[in-house]
Amino acid sequence: MENQTKKYWKGLEELRNDEKFVKNANSEFGTFEQTELGSNKSIVDGIGEMSDRRDFLKVLGFGMAAVSLAACDAPVKNSLPYVNKPTDTFPTIADWYASTYAEGGDYASIMVKTREGRPIKIEGNKQSGITKGGVNARGQASLLSLYDVEKLKGPKKGESDADWNAVDKEISTQLVALAARGGEIRVVSSTILSPSTKAVIADFAAKYPTTQHITYDAHSVAGLVKANADSFGKAVVPSYDFSKAKVIVGLSCDFLGTWISPTEYARQYAQTRKLSSAKGGKKEMSRHFQFETSLSMTGSNADYRAAVKPSQEGAVAVALHNKLAGKSAASLGGNTDKLIAQAATELKAAGGAGLVVSGSNDPNVQTVVNAINAMIGAYSVTIDLDTPVYYRQGNDVAMDTFISDAKAGRVGAVLFLAANPVYDHPRGAELKDALSKVALSVSFADRPDETASLCKYITPAPHFLESWGDAEPKAGYFSLLQPAISLIYKTRQAQSSLLKWAGASSDYYAYVRNYWKANVFPKSGAGDFEQFWVKCLHDGIYEPTSVSGANGASFAGNADAAIAAIGNPKADAKGLEVVLYEKVGIGTGAMANNPWLQEFPEPVTKACWDNYASISQKTAKDNDLTQDDVIKIEIGGKSVELPVLVQPGQANETISIAIGYGREKAGKSGNGVGVNVYPMAVSKGGYWNFNAGTATISKTGEIHEIAQTQTHETVMGRRAVVQEGRLANYKKDSMEGRFLPKVVTAEGLKAPGEISLWNGYKKPNHSWGMAIDLNACNGCGACVVSCQTENNVQVVGRQEVINSREMHWIRIDRYYSSDADVEDMKALEIASENPEVIFQPLMCQHCSNAPCETVCPVLATTHSSEGLNQMAYNRCIGTRYCANNCPYKVRRFNWFKYFDNDNFDYHFNNDLGKMVINPDVTVRSRGVIEKCSMCVQRIQEGKLNAKKERRRPIDGEIITACAQSCPTEAIVFGDMNDPESRLSVLLAEEKQGRAFTMLEEINVKPVVNYLVKIRNKDVETKTTEAAHEAAHGGHS
Amino acid sequence: MHVTSPVRNPLVLGGKTYADVTEDICRHVEGKPTKEWKVAFGVSFAVLIYGTACVLWTWWEGLGVWGLNKTVGWAWDITNFVWWVGIGHAGTLISAILLLFRQKWRTSINRAAEAMTIFAVLCAASFILMHMGRPWLAYWALPLPNTFGSLWVNFNSPLVWDVFAISTYFSVSCLFWYVGLVPDLATIRDRAKNKVSKYIYGTLAMGWNGSAKTWSRYEYISLILAGLSTPLVLSVHTIVSMDFATSVIPGWHTTIFPPYFVAGAIFSGFAMVQNLMLVTRVVYKLEDYITLEHIESMNKIITLTGSIVGVAYLTEFFIAWYSGVEYESYAFLNRATGPYWWAYWAMMTCNVVSPQLFWFRSIRRSVKWTFFISVIVNIGMWFERFVIIVTSLHRDYIPSSWAMFSPTMFDIGDYIFSFGFFFTCFFLFSKYLPVVNMAEVKAVIKSTSEKLPKKVSGVAKGERLTSPAYNKDAQ
Repeated sequence: MENQTKKYWKGLEELRNDEKFVKNANSEFGTFEQTELGSNKSIVDGIGEMSDRRDFLKVLGFGMAAVSLAACDAPVKNSLPYVNKPTDTFPTIADWYASTYAEGGDYASIMVKTREGRPIKIEGNKQSGITKGGVNARGQASLLSLYDVEKLKGPKKGESDADWNAVDKEISTQLVALAARGGEIRVVSSTILSPSTKAVIADFAAKYPTTQHITYDAHSVAGLVKANADSFGKAVVPSYDFSKAKVIVGLSCDFLGTWISPTEYARQYAQTRKLSSAKGGKKEMSRHFQFETSLSMTGSNADYRAAVKPSQEGAVAVALHNKLAGKSAASLGGNTDKLIAQAATELKAAGGAGLVVSGSNDPNVQTVVNAINAMIGAYSVTIDLDTPVYYRQGNDVAMDTFISDAKAGRVGAVLFLAANPVYDHPRGAELKDALSKVALSVSFADRPDETASLCKYITPAPHFLESWGDAEPKAGYFSLLQPAISLIYKTRQAQSSLLKWAGASSDYYAYVRNYWKANVFPKSGAGDFEQFWVKCLHDGIYEPTSVSGANGASFAGNADAAIAAIGNPKADAKGLEVVLYEKVGIGTGAMANNPWLQEFPEPVTKACWDNYASISQKTAKDNDLTQDDVIKIEIGGKSVELPVLVQPGQANETISIAIGYGREKAGKSGNGVGVNVYPMAVSKGGYWNFNAGTATISKTGEIHEIAQTQTHETVMGRRAVVQEGRLANYKKDSMEGRFLPKVVTAEGLKAPGEISLWNGYKKPNHSWGMAIDLNACNGCGACVVSCQTENNVQVVGRQEVINSREMHWIRIDRYYSSDADVEDMKALEIASENPEVIFQPLMCQHCSNAPCETVCPVLATTHSSEGLNQMAYNRCIGTRYCANNCPYKVRRFNWFKYFDNDNFDYHFNNDLGKMVINPDVTVRSRGVIEKCSMCVQRIQEGKLNAKKERRRPIDGEIITACAQSCPTEAIVFGDMNDPESRLSVLLAEEKQGRAFTMLEEINVKPVVNYLVKIRNKDVETKTTEAAHEAAHGGHS
Repeated sequence: MHVTSPVRNPLVLGGKTYADVTEDICRHVEGKPTKEWKVAFGVSFAVLIYGTACVLWTWWEGLGVWGLNKTVGWAWDITNFVWWVGIGHAGTLISAILLLFRQKWRTSINRAAEAMTIFAVLCAASFILMHMGRPWLAYWALPLPNTFGSLWVNFNSPLVWDVFAISTYFSVSCLFWYVGLVPDLATIRDRAKNKVSKYIYGTLAMGWNGSAKTWSRYEYISLILAGLSTPLVLSVHTIVSMDFATSVIPGWHTTIFPPYFVAGAIFSGFAMVQNLMLVTRVVYKLEDYITLEHIESMNKIITLTGSIVGVAYLTEFFIAWYSGVEYESYAFLNRATGPYWWAYWAMMTCNVVSPQLFWFRSIRRSVKWTFFISVIVNIGMWFERFVIIVTSLHRDYIPSSWAMFSPTMFDIGDYIFSFGFFFTCFFLFSKYLPVVNMAEVKAVIKSTSEKLPKKVSGVAKGERLTSPAYNKDAQ
């Protein structure tokens, strides 16, 4: 061993025998000595500096783990917390602001729900004396327009983006120059409800004295104003009070849907229609006659309805007038004559508690209507001329003069304020050409629409939810707008712009305050303006005057001249008469780029995403037309091509076409949807009339499928679905119209609920339920949009509606009556020529024995201890068995991924649009079922609030979105375990009355109750009805 | 041992010896693929590729590519599912129930029928996956322990019963089929000339040695599996029918469904077996094994089950009227006279009328007629499921929701996928595995070939030469 000469070194270090090496030699895990090349940064930055292999392996290991972890994780989206939390904002706690929806004369006092600074819901303000908590579908949907990504992001000069300062300077300079040479300036607007805005315009006019303010309405009632001026010397639209009317006669007047102030009227009307089966309960209701061409939503609610041609519109008024005056009237056809006679008799008997309204814009017709109302004494009961309303201030004559002036080059500058006349005025095309002759044209539109795109400047105004402002919808009723979100884009309120250009301070907020201090505050008699202002801002409204009520008015019009001017109806009028009408959802088309409104099914036709030519069954047959055939309609050189929709109840030989479609520059959702028919309106003595005249039609041979959410017309005699009765019978028997099926068992006949396989669920705490009054529901659909907003319900587009895949959680079923015998199933499918209509809102019925729950393989849908049928989206694997097994067909399947998908390019496809999402409700992914949850997020919130305060939830504190938005309060939601709740009381009253649940035979026990629809129709001894009873009463 | 009277017609013709049987069947397994096979396989595979593309797109894009809607939540998907499950009934029925009933003629066809069963059940299973909105979560339908919380399946749901029924049926069918294959695989192993096939078939044969004890165990396990499968044949379609029968939808909610579905399943299964066997018989020249007697026997069963189905259709109508239930009555009236009347009458014609032609002996024994009517029967049975599913759903309780269904190219493409899959599998099977159960056929040769015609009796000397050790009849 000694001879061993070989020596082995562990490494060069040992050989060198460095000091460092010797120091570390005995420690097992001594650090590796740094080589001289230590600062090498070869492979990965930093690793080269690491001194040993183990560190390298550590890094390598970490790297591997990090990469593999990153690979299996979803990309992280950071949500940033507040850096400095605003004092009054608490995440997840909603803030509510009172404001006002006042667009184009539509009015509603609203509460805006904001979450973390984003408005996410519009609800009615119950304090309002006008809308009383109602907001129509359009008002509900206006929220989404706030998040329209296609709005302008700043001012524009021509096609190019501009800067506010430069634009202001240029416009001011031009205005000053123009004023100096006496050039005419016009401010063109739709109806402005805001008194302060009018004051701003007045200030502007003071600075530029050649300014004139022209107001027009796309759907004008200028004829009514003219008639009132002639008849009473008051050029106003009066307040109507339908709630006081026992007999209502509507002449082509869709007062529940689109005429002047439908939300207000709907509520009043519903008051006269509600009944109670309680002992001594209200068993009287108004009687409503309707004479109209197309089957409107209002006509669908009428007790008696006659279809008349547009050319007979005046003649009906004349006939009614003459009948009341005891004179003879020209015949308008058997049924119409009969109804006119009956209406006249009953109007007379009502002694002032009658009301005749006409939707005509012909001053002559309105004069006759005024004469009728004066004759029956309506002016002292139902019509209040002393409290005028300002919803429609348009002046057709002034607007015509303006267009003529512009054409003649007499206008030097025009400012379009909330107006798009190139699109929605019948002479839009003329104005389009004339605009090139106007030296300075400015639009305040939020997007380069049909008019704005032709203007030299666009100075976009923000959405009303970003704005300050006020409104006076009715004399003595004030309301305030306050912003619920700070400006999204570089926009500026039109009022500020006008003030700025007039050389005043552009602070419109201060202006509104000052205006109120000077003009509104004095009415209050209060001491401190600040307090007054804060209270008004908090309440959203200031309504100092208690309604004085109608005082009567003496008719001083010339009815005879009007009657003579109307003339006799042409009995042998040949050809198809065309009438234009406004749809409940889309209205005048100003909000055409709102996908909620486009997908909103029209209450009667249930069609969306289109306008169409409605014709009657007979007219279709006579002209060899079927639904979806595209026809060319020609009137005096103007022609449009539209698909046919066969509409029961439509007058024969007439065509109805909706305005508000055919936008070209509204945006992705609105462009190219339907056809613009404004140009078809005709001027009659200076007033735009929607009775477009007689058309010739020809079949183009093309097919254009109309998207309808409901394609079957009748209820097929199924009385377990909807039940209805007649008032006279109801007075005798509160169970009138009820369908009480019995099941045959070995022990004899039993009610379906008496036998069951199920044990039921215990509901120890709450038992949520609902009652829907079919008498109060008029089908308006405010609940549909409200639910869509609240629950993040997807928009699916036209083709998917055609594919029957709309996602709405609540729908309003509309059934037409059929003349057929109940046994004849084929014939039952066909609606009557002039059908009775019934509306039935339908959402998940939250069955106590829910068929969906038993069939779900993975327990994704289960029953809660509060009686709700709940859906766990995360658990759903999408077998759709539950949807198939749902007798009510309320379950909706996510056929596609509807968000972040270019095939569904609506608000869920962009970040701004997604700001409307309610953070309390999951956005459902592809492949899962969804359905009404009875707004479980609201229930939870209400329960939590109550719990925090150590109390039970108070009845009415928790309310679903549909019930909240219902203008007629047809939907009552509440806790059935609470005997004091409105719902429990109502159900107790109606138990031996009108309350029924759908499809009682199958014993699924829904918690949604319906109240039988009662019609105020005379009871004829009809044999069919008896047969009906016999056929269905016996067995099931 | 069961003894067959010599006066009965022989089950296998042509005076086959054991060696002939082995030779006839193994020839196709051992030889190179024929041109016909290549073409047929190529076409099936191309169809499978196209179908797979459709299925992948369906999964990628969502079920919206189908024609379904809010009212009709199932249409072609579940129609195809039930149809394939129905077809999958014949194999086990033939192997199990006919084994228990000692119907020896089954031996020639049971192998192919069982293979068909397995492939058909796989096709059916593919539609279970396909019809789900989120198929990647399909395993949630299994009662697996999990960490999602105390989440469990819903044992009330017929879909869960389905999962059990189909998976049990599939595993038992596979087992039965494979056990039956083992002796034949051993035969192929013993004859194999190259190492690869010897290794593969040897592995698959699991060391089969042909000893008396092995045969005895084989017999026992066959009998046990037959006993196990028999209730399954009845239960699977019973449970499938409960998907509908336990629901509340008029037209589905019917107590007659279990027997009616089982009869229908056997009906369509036999028709499918006929179709496949008639082709195989010609292509593989197996006319001696699959004789007109076989065809006739199967046609008789088709007529019987078709008549049962026909009676069921009429009973449904009678009950719909007799019950007085408004919705039920309408559902059936709507089937016959509503917008889908053509589907209903297609079903009636194909399922009720066409099998009655088999009352004629000439038609019953005609290969062409049999093939034609079998195709018709399968079309009819597809329509039966379509009628039950779609016409019941599209107009149920609430008229406002009534809607129509029309298929898209993906409904069709995904159905085509199942055909591609089925035939690709079937052709692979027919090439690489013995299409006729050699061992069992050999067992019936002796009793059936006892009285051979003189001129072919010389062939029988092969029997003396080979003297198989596994002659069951000798026991």
